[in-house]
Amino acid sequence: MSGSRELILGNIRKGLRRGALSGDALADCAERLAAPRPNLIPARAAALDHAGQLALFVQMASEAAALVHRVEAAAEVPALVAGIVDAAALPRQLVCAPAAAIAGLDWQGAGLQAQARAARQGDRVSVTPAFAGIAETGTLMLLSGAHSPTSLNFLPDLHIVVLSATRVLASYEEAFALWRRESAGEVPRTINLITGPSRSADIEQKLQMGAHGPIQLHIVLLGA
Amino acid sequence: MTESTKRAPAAGRRVALLATCLVDLFRPTVAFAAVKLLEDAGCHVEVPVQTCCGQPAFNSGDRADARALAEQLIAAFEGCDYVVGPSGSCIGMLRHYPELFEAGSAWQVRAAALADKSYELLAFLVDVCGVEQVDAHYAGCVTYHDSCSGLRELGVKAQPRKLLASVSGLQLKEMEEAEICCGFGGTFCIKYPEISNRMVSDKCASIVASGADTLLAGDLGCLLNIAGKLKREGSTIRVRHVAEVLAGVADEPAIGDGE
Amino acid sequence: MQLTSPDFPRNAAHALHDAALQRALGNLKAGFPGKRAAAVARLPEFEALRDLGRDLKNHIIEHLDYYLEQFEASVQRQGGQVHWARDAEEARAIILGICQRAGAKTVTKGKSMVSEEIGLNEHLAAHGIEPIETDLGEYIIQLRGEHPSHIIAPAIHVNLDQVSDAFHQHHQQYGKHERQTEPRALMNEAREILRDKFLRADVGITGANFCIAETGQTVIVTNEGNGDLTQLLPRVHIAITSIEKVVPTLEDAATFIRLLARSATGQEISVYTTFSAGGRRAEDLDGPEEFHVVLLDNGRSQMVGGEQQDMLRCIRCSACMNHCPVYGAIGGHAYGWVYPGPMGSVLTPQLVGIEHAAHLPNASTFCGRCESVCPVRIPLPRLLRNWRAREFERHLTPQGYRFGLRAWAWLTRRPALYCGLTRLGARLLRWLGGRSRRIRSLPLAGGWSAWRDMPAPQGRTFQALWAERQRAAGMEGKR
Repeated sequence: MSGSRELILGNIRKGLRRGALSGDALADCAERLAAPRPNLIPARAAALDHAGQLALFVQMASEAAALVHRVEAAAEVPALVAGIVDAAALPRQLVCAPAAAIAGLDWQGAGLQAQARAARQGDRVSVTPAFAGIAETGTLMLLSGAHSPTSLNFLPDLHIVVLSATRVLASYEEAFALWRRESAGEVPRTINLITGPSRSADIEQKLQMGAHGPIQLHIVLLGA
Repeated sequence: MTESTKRAPAAGRRVALLATCLVDLFRPTVAFAAVKLLEDAGCHVEVPVQTCCGQPAFNSGDRADARALAEQLIAAFEGCDYVVGPSGSCIGMLRHYPELFEAGSAWQVRAAALADKSYELLAFLVDVCGVEQVDAHYAGCVTYHDSCSGLRELGVKAQPRKLLASVSGLQLKEMEEAEICCGFGGTFCIKYPEISNRMVSDKCASIVASGADTLLAGDLGCLLNIAGKLKREGSTIRVRHVAEVLAGVADEPAIGDGE
Repeated sequence: MQLTSPDFPRNAAHALHDAALQRALGNLKAGFPGKRAAAVARLPEFEALRDLGRDLKNHIIEHLDYYLEQFEASVQRQGGQVHWARDAEEARAIILGICQRAGAKTVTKGKSMVSEEIGLNEHLAAHGIEPIETDLGEYIIQLRGEHPSHIIAPAIHVNLDQVSDAFHQHHQQYGKHERQTEPRALMNEAREILRDKFLRADVGITGANFCIAETGQTVIVTNEGNGDLTQLLPRVHIAITSIEKVVPTLEDAATFIRLLARSATGQEISVYTTFSAGGRRAEDLDGPEEFHVVLLDNGRSQMVGGEQQDMLRCIRCSACMNHCPVYGAIGGHAYGWVYPGPMGSVLTPQLVGIEHAAHLPNASTFCGRCESVCPVRIPLPRLLRNWRAREFERHLTPQGYRFGLRAWAWLTRRPALYCGLTRLGARLLRWLGGRSRRIRSLPLAGGWSAWRDMPAPQGRTFQALWAERQRAAGMEGKR
């Protein structure tokens, strides 16, 4: 196996007519990795102020068939979620991320039975936090960890994501930069960029929602 | 390209006409139409002795013959200020000439010089000569097929439409999918005739659906293919090279039409 | 999979007469190009992004050894393992070994063309491990015993009735006895059956659209979420990908993400873009325990520095085949191997040998529509032409065609003889055309005249007429 590694790298170097990278070229590439810089970022979101970015986020997420709700304060979330669950005619049960900001909400007060854990087969509704929102395409960025197991994002039929309006950013690049600042180099097992609910057009090119992942994606925009 | 334009304003300049082998053999009317349009734009037209630009060899991977034909054409045409032809395909081939020769070689320098001053007819008239309109009349409703090489290699799209708009009596009705290949593809139509047939059938369906009574395009290869298919299907749609209409010489029977 | 590229003309003829396939291809032509055009029109920076994508890929290829080594180190730092496979056989052996060590009975699979390239499913099945495709399109064709006919819409050739039949036949064993006929109901049935497969699988195998050297993450881009369930639920996650998929940083991946979905489906971004690094962390409540990346070469490293190097830029968006009139006429299976359309006609000869795929580079009119939509500006017609030159050198071009070409070249290099013969030819063909001015049957060009008339020449060559005109003008001048 290591023979193949050397063979592949050797072929590449032979094709490039050089040995292992050295000198300025090596320093340039190492710098590129050590201090990542954005390439071209479209003006679509980057040129807007934060209110404009928020509006764009809502517009783009809605276009991707996500359902966006806005609340002033976290305390309003359980009642809103209860309404979503009722509207879908589902039992008033949900599984939520263990993150304090989610698990610590007064679910019982809203008549909901909430369990903080990873998702299992049969779970119908999940509630998770988002790390950030990306206005350019209405995309959510979610990080895995004990506070937010990835299975919550995919197994239930109905995925509800709570996103603080202050964490809506212009671009993927801004979200990556924020993540680097806040994570101090710790890479989570999974970073999900999610834009709308699951879908497939594999049967005769006719688009259907809810292929394998959630059939509905709700975004609760907090403090907007 | 713009620099050579500045060096050599079109009026009074010597233009070598590349009639193309298909026009030479099948439809001299197109070449005479080109001559008229060029002379009306103030050019002096010469016709060097010519055979083929070498594209069939180039596209078949026969680099040696393609190179030999390129050298022959360069030697015959390079004395003029411009090389102009009523075909995006053949002029596109001239633009490929430099890649046939070793970088920095004398032939490559000559090939690059020739490529730089080679133009498809309508692009030359509009972009270099600044022609805004033509003095022609055509009683008919035409649709225009964008031949692939002209469109994608040379950017011929607006020029024919601009000039056609000035032809009195002519109405342009765009077809759906005007930019999709007609399936000619040089030797492709001989190598894979069934696929080619499907493509030209689709093209003919678009043409018929446009409701036009005349099909125009800028490349005789496409026109022979499309006319051949339309006529086999019994269509009465007339097929002409766009230069014939612009030059007002559309009195000969249309391509594939009887006497 | 079995290579049928040498039978391309027969495959194509079969495809042209397959009414169901032709209907399906109609859906493709009516769908993808318009959606791409609309998405591109919404992003003014798109053309600049294409330039950037091209330049970025060129930079990566020129430093590919470095970024691969850095990627490997980053994966290891995150607790994953990297396996280098020089060819398909080695990649199959590596993956089988991981599955066997995991005691796997079933593996779920996310969509991966590299997995098709190495014939992984057949290999696993031959060793008693059941591979289950979970992308809806892949699942449909797996039930039908087929291979993908398109790199992102693998079941594009299958119509609704055929899906109904396949599900009705294969889902009886799960107690589904009713034949569903609505796309929604069919998808729900597949969702239910595959959900159970996800939960039971021992190993999940996905591809990777990008490998990020900075972070050691592999990235998958999907719409269904099947790739995520595939890599999330089993104990072992294997990502099989090829060496040219490495990108330096997250920011660089973002550039390609902006190009990929717009070029492919016309979406702003796919629903799920998922970055995976290492196995589950100690405190994690879910996720695989093991994470393996298999980096396949299979001839790619030998393209570096060569005339086909630009093909290594490909991000597998499928725009070239979605816009190719030849693909649109015959579909993907006619090409006879894993990768169809223009990108496949460049890549397949590289991977299986030009002598086994000689038709593919010729099955193009060079209309250039592929190059005009390629998100990383691969000059596909030029690369196809390069293959034709290799074929001509190696005498793989059919003898009769080669003879005709050389005879034409011989004649065209003798202008006096050429002009004389074409004068005769013009008269002869004009005579053949008669009053209709059309020739209905041409010797030596039966392929043309089977479906088309040949418009007859006007009768004189332009050069002969021009010489006459010049002589007349000269005499006038003397008078």
